[in-house]
Amino acid sequence: MSIFENELKNGKFVCSECHECKKFVWPPSDFCNICFGKVNWRQISGKWKLIEFSKKDDVVFCIAEFDNMIRIMGELKIGTKTTSIGQDLDLVKCDYVDKEKFVFKLN
Amino acid sequence: MKKVGIGGFGLTKFNKDNVSIESLMLSSIKSLFDSTSRLDQKDIDVVLTSTNDNSKYLATIMSELAGISPKISHSVESLCNSGANSVISAFSYVASGLADVALVVGADKFDNPGLVLEWDRSRGQYKHPVYWSSMFTRSHMRKYGTTMEDLAMVSAKNHRNALENPHAYFDKEYSVEEIMQSKNITDDVRILDCSFPCNGSAAILLASEDSVKKYTDCPVWLTGVGQKTISAGFTKNEDLTSMKSTRYAADMAYKMSNKEPKDIDVTEVHDAFSICEIIELEDLGFAEKGKGSQLVNTMYGTQNKKINPRGGLLGSGHPLGATGIAQIVEITQQLQNKAGKRQVEGAKTGLVQNMSAAATSSSVLIFES
Repeated sequence: MSIFENELKNGKFVCSECHECKKFVWPPSDFCNICFGKVNWRQISGKWKLIEFSKKDDVVFCIAEFDNMIRIMGELKIGTKTTSIGQDLDLVKCDYVDKEKFVFKLN
Repeated sequence: MKKVGIGGFGLTKFNKDNVSIESLMLSSIKSLFDSTSRLDQKDIDVVLTSTNDNSKYLATIMSELAGISPKISHSVESLCNSGANSVISAFSYVASGLADVALVVGADKFDNPGLVLEWDRSRGQYKHPVYWSSMFTRSHMRKYGTTMEDLAMVSAKNHRNALENPHAYFDKEYSVEEIMQSKNITDDVRILDCSFPCNGSAAILLASEDSVKKYTDCPVWLTGVGQKTISAGFTKNEDLTSMKSTRYAADMAYKMSNKEPKDIDVTEVHDAFSICEIIELEDLGFAEKGKGSQLVNTMYGTQNKKINPRGGLLGSGHPLGATGIAQIVEITQQLQNKAGKRQVEGAKTGLVQNMSAAATSSSVLIFES
């Protein structure tokens, strides 16, 4: 199991970051996809941005973006709030059971 | 670079029978040999297999089963785009002079493992293609006002076209209303807006200009080739209302063949979901951005078969490794004026667009009679 998946199991979203470029390498990888430099693993914290969403049964799913670069699909908890593209999101849950699981909440 | 033409083809009926991948492939190879009278196994330099099946050494196995001892044999796997990829590989071998006659056979079974790209971590738990399709659909609706009725018209048109395709999986016409009222898979996609995985196989023979005339009196020439990969992960698609890889591939193919969208008489596009056809018609230059659904509405209303005459993936079914080759077989028949009730009158130039995994990669091919 990769570092990325192991950390998801611990509830943390980590991403590889290049030693040289100082940029995230997404999808997570052992080497930078620009300079093939070595990477560190850094936990991501901060706001995500809502790119698009739809709904299956009663569950809203979405694409969320971090730092204009990392985009992932996850469940979106809306509650009673109104949703619109570009809204700030919090990544409130990560997990890995056979596949990645991400849950966002409107900020 | 040598001129490359299509010398023959074979197809199987798309269905869900319980048969092996080898049996499927051999059936379309037999169909090709049966309909190409002067073809001898000894003529074939290259055998390529296009599939998402996990079989090993398949091109070599198929060569042995078909009595062929080629110089070159290997498999090509690129998810839904495997078929066009394999034909481009065969084209390259023949055009370069490394080989003279190439047989390409594609097949997949309805339960093949290529339907879901497990590697794509960015999709999280939403790995099934219906989720990326929902994102494309919602974005196109938001930006251009595309409606569920517009989507249903794509499916209604292609299911109707498939009625005249004896190899199609579906043999039933659906009204726009029936499609709109079919099962909700998500808020933005109905089940009849989705192509269905099924069994199917298609084979095609490519040959140099000198050799192709041995096999057919009316060769169809592959004159434009375009291909582009943007990424493997779905979320690298920056604009969800467009298919960047298709735009790049189309530009390459148009330039190579010295053609423009207005020159294309008939086209097969990759309608894995209804929204795909609308976006592709825009990105291939057949309609302005946001006007793809208007073009579909016109085609449906006037019973014009210019777009997806065999019924596309929605009407014909989608055996991944066979799809791109079946699209090319259709355009070949159209340009030979041998498409029967599907025939587009006077078709001289045709285009095939085949793509993979939410258009993270695309191929565009242009053919001329």
